[in-house]
Amino acid sequence: MMMNLEEAPEGLWTRCDGCAQMVFSKELEKTGFLCPTCGHHFRIGAFQRLAMLVDEGSFTPFPPLVAANPLDFPGYEQKIKQAQEQTGLDDAALVGKAAIQNTDCMLAIVDFSFMGGSMGSVVGEQLVRCFERATAERLPVVVVSGGGGGARMQEGVFSLMQMAKTVQAVGRHSRAGLLFVSILTHPTMGGVYASFAALGDIVLAEPGALIGFAGPRIVAETTREKLPEGFQTAEFALEHGLIDAIVPRPQLAQYVSRLLEWHR
Amino acid sequence: MSRVQPFEWEKPLVELEERIKELKRFCSRAKLDFSEEIANLERKAWTLRREIYASLTPYQRVLMARHPHRPTTLDYIRLVFDDFVEFHGDRTFRDDGAIVGGVALFEGQPVTVVGPQKGRDTKENVARNFGLPHPEGYRKALRLMKQAEKFGRPVITFIDLVGAYPGVEAEERGQGLAIAQCIEGMSFLKVPIISVITGEGGSGGALALGVADRVLMLENAWYSVISPEMCASILWRDSARAAEAAALLRLSPTDLLKFGIIDDVITEPLGGAHRDHAFTGMQIRAFIRRYLAEIKRIAPERLVEERLARFRKLGQFREKRLAEI
Ligand SMILES: [Zn+2]
Repeated sequence: MMMNLEEAPEGLWTRCDGCAQMVFSKELEKTGFLCPTCGHHFRIGAFQRLAMLVDEGSFTPFPPLVAANPLDFPGYEQKIKQAQEQTGLDDAALVGKAAIQNTDCMLAIVDFSFMGGSMGSVVGEQLVRCFERATAERLPVVVVSGGGGGARMQEGVFSLMQMAKTVQAVGRHSRAGLLFVSILTHPTMGGVYASFAALGDIVLAEPGALIGFAGPRIVAETTREKLPEGFQTAEFALEHGLIDAIVPRPQLAQYVSRLLEWHR
Repeated sequence: MSRVQPFEWEKPLVELEERIKELKRFCSRAKLDFSEEIANLERKAWTLRREIYASLTPYQRVLMARHPHRPTTLDYIRLVFDDFVEFHGDRTFRDDGAIVGGVALFEGQPVTVVGPQKGRDTKENVARNFGLPHPEGYRKALRLMKQAEKFGRPVITFIDLVGAYPGVEAEERGQGLAIAQCIEGMSFLKVPIISVITGEGGSGGALALGVADRVLMLENAWYSVISPEMCASILWRDSARAAEAAALLRLSPTDLLKFGIIDDVITEPLGGAHRDHAFTGMQIRAFIRRYLAEIKRIAPERLVEERLARFRKLGQFREKRLAEI
């Protein structure tokens, strides 16, 4: 589990998952959380992502929603509360209206640090509202996904239904002739990938991001095969024709703004 | 059919049934009249059967859903429809045997039928990949559904799979994308769709065939975002505690009906669908007849609107209160 860099005391060192070097945390902030040695993209939270992607002061969040406990799943309320305290988010998605280099769009960021970026009723509803408002206001949608397993197990079948709900909202937005740019960050798996995230008109990924449906551990256990090198990475997805392009983080805002502009 | 061990909770009943059979055989051989005793035992068996099957736990139902003699999709197709031609392939890569589909006649009307196919023995299961589809399976399903739309015929899907296949090649060919596209395609299809969850309804792999106007479910089937075994291994690192997880997940038809996830529950013969295939088929036929008549009358555009509205409202959350902000 990666530490929360925002709260890391000054002078703290972090080990890079890419090259195993120790990186000075202050240094990371300057590079956009890229390893200065190997370029490894460190996972970042929704607020950090927001700051790096949208014009300063342009973000207006949607009215906040909080999770119910539809199955009365034991311990779920406490888990939510804990995640809220740790991340400062209401749930795993930060959704609102924003401008990226002066172009308006609806934006959603799914944050892995909130219960693995899993999609429960709140994430599903917020994403649906994001696409519905974009359809009504004839705006493009940009979604930055980063959800581990995708499913919010504690919401059982309700979590599953969010896949259908979000796909349908994407479908309506698409049928209105509007643009959806889907950005896959580490990791985008399971029900998040197999619903809205896979269906962008343009699908981008950050270098090294894990992208797929079944997790690598499950694939290895089921097939009892050695997984190919780089299995399910962004580079693997690009090679197999599943995404449009890999965009390094420092170039992302500029890259996306160009796309938004060309589809205006 | 090979002999299958009864479930633990069925043993008293199976023993009693054996005794009745034994006694009947003895009577006919010895030309003795024990009809009163036999009638007594049969009454006892009837009561016992009712007691056992009325109080099944969620996990016992999961096990029933996986019973090796439970009818498969091809069995249901044979039982429910009057005629059937199977069509193959996704037109791109290969034919995925884990999903079957084609055109069938339902009481004189052509319909498109799609569903996962589990094998009935080990050899068949290998060929069918245990009913676990690859992306090309979902692409075949979607191709057939689009064909149904073109010719204006309703779609019936059967659902019985624990999930999409988690394999290297499945990932290489875009399992997640294929599922998303199947969900998308069904969502906006301009013909009536009925889905029948006949056994296992596991995660996105099942939902990909279940975006319907009416979702029906057999009494001993389950539907959730995760299998109880996987849930237990995540919660307690112990898949043996699946029974507890099954209860927590609220994956049985009664709960799902309450939640609005499914629209109706199809009664099975006492003791499960595997005990009487023909009866189960007749039940499904009756439910399809009823719901098809209901949705066939709706104009295509409205049908899609209503389907989208049906899923739009699924989810539970609350607005954040002012005091919390
Ligand atoms: Zn590094």
